[in-house]
Amino acid sequence: MTGTELLAGASPSVQALAVIGVVLLEAIALYVGYGAVEEAVGPAVLDRLANGR
Amino acid sequence: MIGSIATAELLGLGPEIFGLFVAFGFMVGVFFGFFGMGGSFLVTPALLILGYPAPVAIGSSMAFVFGTAAIATMKHHDAGQVDYKLGALMFVGITVGIELGSRLVFGLEVLGIANVVVGVAYVLLLAAIGVLFTRSALDTDDGDEDDGGDADAGTDETGNDGEGAGDDADEVPAIARKIQSYEIPPMTTLADGSRASLWTISGVGGGVGLVSGFLGVGGGFVRMPAIYYVIGTSLAAAVGTSLFGGLMSGAVGAFTYGRAGVIDLGIVTALLTGSALGARIGSSATAYVDEDDVTIYFGLMLLVASAAVGIGELSAWLSMPVLDRLSFVLLIGSALLVCAVILYHGALAVRRTRGVPGSPQRGE
Repeated sequence: MTGTELLAGASPSVQALAVIGVVLLEAIALYVGYGAVEEAVGPAVLDRLANGR
Repeated sequence: MIGSIATAELLGLGPEIFGLFVAFGFMVGVFFGFFGMGGSFLVTPALLILGYPAPVAIGSSMAFVFGTAAIATMKHHDAGQVDYKLGALMFVGITVGIELGSRLVFGLEVLGIANVVVGVAYVLLLAAIGVLFTRSALDTDDGDEDDGGDADAGTDETGNDGEGAGDDADEVPAIARKIQSYEIPPMTTLADGSRASLWTISGVGGGVGLVSGFLGVGGGFVRMPAIYYVIGTSLAAAVGTSLFGGLMSGAVGAFTYGRAGVIDLGIVTALLTGSALGARIGSSATAYVDEDDVTIYFGLMLLVASAAVGIGELSAWLSMPVLDRLSFVLLIGSALLVCAVILYHGALAVRRTRGVPGSPQRGE
C-alpha cells in the first residue's frame, strides 16, 4: 500500500500530504496509547522484574 | 482472525512479513530509545536486502523517521528542550538538501545503479559509525571515564532528559563559540540568547538534508553534533532541536518520495508499531543500564550490519541468492542479539537496583 490509494484521483502532492497525515496520526495514537499502557502496567512489570517473579 | 487478515491485506503486507517488521521495529526502537540513534540507518539496508527498490526503501524509511521523530519530539517538547525557531530556520536548508538527495537517487535509479550506490554508501556509513562506537567503547574500557565527551554528545538523542550530558549540558563548545564569533550577516538570535549566522544554520540544514534525502536516514547522528558543535546551542537544546529537525527531514522526505507514490504504508505502520514500544523500553533502560556496558555490542552490530549490506550487494552482483539470505540473517541476527543484551542488562539492573533498597542508580 503506497498511500496513493488513500485519495485516489487526487494530485500527487495531496496524496503525499495524506500519507504524512496518516503517519502523524499513527505516531500520536501510539505515543498516547503506549503512554497509557506504560502508566498502567509499568510499575507492576518493574516490581516483577525486581522480585524475580 | 478475519479482521487481522483483512488489516494485513489492507496494508498490503502478509501477516508474517507484517509481524517481522513489527519485531524489527521493536529492535530499532530499543536502539533509538537507548542510544538515541540506530533507527533509519538500519531500516533502509534491511528493506534493500529484502529486495525493495531503493526509492521504496528510502521513502518508507523517511516516513518511518518522520513518525519516530514526531513521537520523540512530543517527549522533548514536554521537557521544554526544543528550539523551534532554530528548527524552523533549518527547514529551508533541509528541504533543499533532501530535494537534491532524492533527485540524485531517482537519477541513479534511471541509470539502474541506485541500489548499488546507496548500498555502498551504507556499507561505508555503517562501518564508519561502527568503528567510532567500538573505539569509543574500547577507550572507555581502557579506564578513560571522562563523561560528557563526544560519545555521549552523539548518543543521547532520546527522551532521557539530558542524561549523559553531565554538568556540561548548558555549555556551548569552544569550536561553536569560535564559529559564532565570525558574524556573517544576516545574524539571528537563538532561544538561549546566543547568536548564529543564517548561513551557518542553512549550511547545517542543507548538509544534513542531503544525507537524509540520499540515504533515507533521519540524520540525527550528523544533525545533533552539527547543531551542538557548529551552530552552538546547549546539549539539551541540540538534542531536542535535532529531533524536531528529524521530524521536518522526515516530513519533507516523506512528501518528496510520497509524491512519487513509493512509500509503503504497511511497512511504515508495522515498523512504527514496534518502534514506539521499543523506544519506551529502551529509554527506560537508560535509567538502569550503564551505556558503556553495551556500547561495544552496538558498535560491533553496526560493523556486522555493514558487512551484511556488502554481502547483499555481492549477492545481486554474483546472482547468488544464498548470500542474500546470509546478509539478512546477519543483519537481523546481530540486531536481535544486541537488543537482547540491552534487555538482559536492563532486567539485571532493575533487579539489582530496585530489589535492594538504597542501591545507587545510573547517574547518581
